[in-house]
Amino acid sequence: MRTRWIAFLVWPALALALPGLAAPETFDFKDPKNGNKIEFKLDAPMEKIAGTANAISGTVTFDPQNPGATRGKIAVATASLTVPNGLQTTTMRGSQWLDAAKYPQITFEATQLKNVKTIGTNTTADVTGTFTLHGVAKEVTIPVEMRYLKDKLAERLGANQQGDLLVITSTNFSIQRADFNIMPGQNLDKVADTIHLALGVAGASPK
Amino acid sequence: MKKALRILAVSLLLAALAFWAATGAHRGWTVNNIAHETTDPVTGLSGVTYEKGFIPGWDFLAAAALAAGVMAGASFLFRGKKAGN
Repeated sequence: MRTRWIAFLVWPALALALPGLAAPETFDFKDPKNGNKIEFKLDAPMEKIAGTANAISGTVTFDPQNPGATRGKIAVATASLTVPNGLQTTTMRGSQWLDAAKYPQITFEATQLKNVKTIGTNTTADVTGTFTLHGVAKEVTIPVEMRYLKDKLAERLGANQQGDLLVITSTNFSIQRADFNIMPGQNLDKVADTIHLALGVAGASPK
Repeated sequence: MKKALRILAVSLLLAALAFWAATGAHRGWTVNNIAHETTDPVTGLSGVTYEKGFIPGWDFLAAAALAAGVMAGASFLFRGKKAGN
């Protein structure tokens, strides 16, 4: 009799609590407010180049209870890479350099997280994955910080849009353009081989 | 004609310098895409949007100097007025 009473009390409580327990969520990184960007900087002896790309898309699956299981793919439209000078922008996107017509996307697909540390809603990790640029895929590891902002989507997009946000930032990683067959060994005095990258993107998981 | 070309060359150079100085004396390449950054209060991220614009850089000055040089050089192709004529 006592067991039945306990079951009678526990099951409704569980039923109420379960939806509140976090489960893996899928975040869409195509930002309607156009607030996502990737910055790039090249520091050659004769010339410094700095610019951004903001046509970002992709999805990431994130579990607040298990951030180490995060997986996903972020893509950047090559034709959205922009530097302040129009002629340089056109040249950069052109067939000699990034060839945006032939390689319209730059992607990173996360396959593994290491050194995962979570404090509150902030998680830092070294994310290993496949970085594809200029048609060349290469495994790279990127240090990232992820901030899980529960129920913050309405605050950002308007009261009718309930949901969560995932903010991913990375300010300290670089690649070599030669590794991706972008004019290897050429014009090094003006276009540095090392490309410093910084990422700041927010994804939405509507409910 | 000779004098007119030289005056035009100097005027062009001075006008280009004045325009460059008035628009902020930008020391890099000419800017055609002007970036505007806005910080999102919820995510803390700063997004960037571009608008078309024109901020002359050193290449603009170089082009103006080249054009002025060509004009000044062309002025030597014309004969000056002979004294007494």
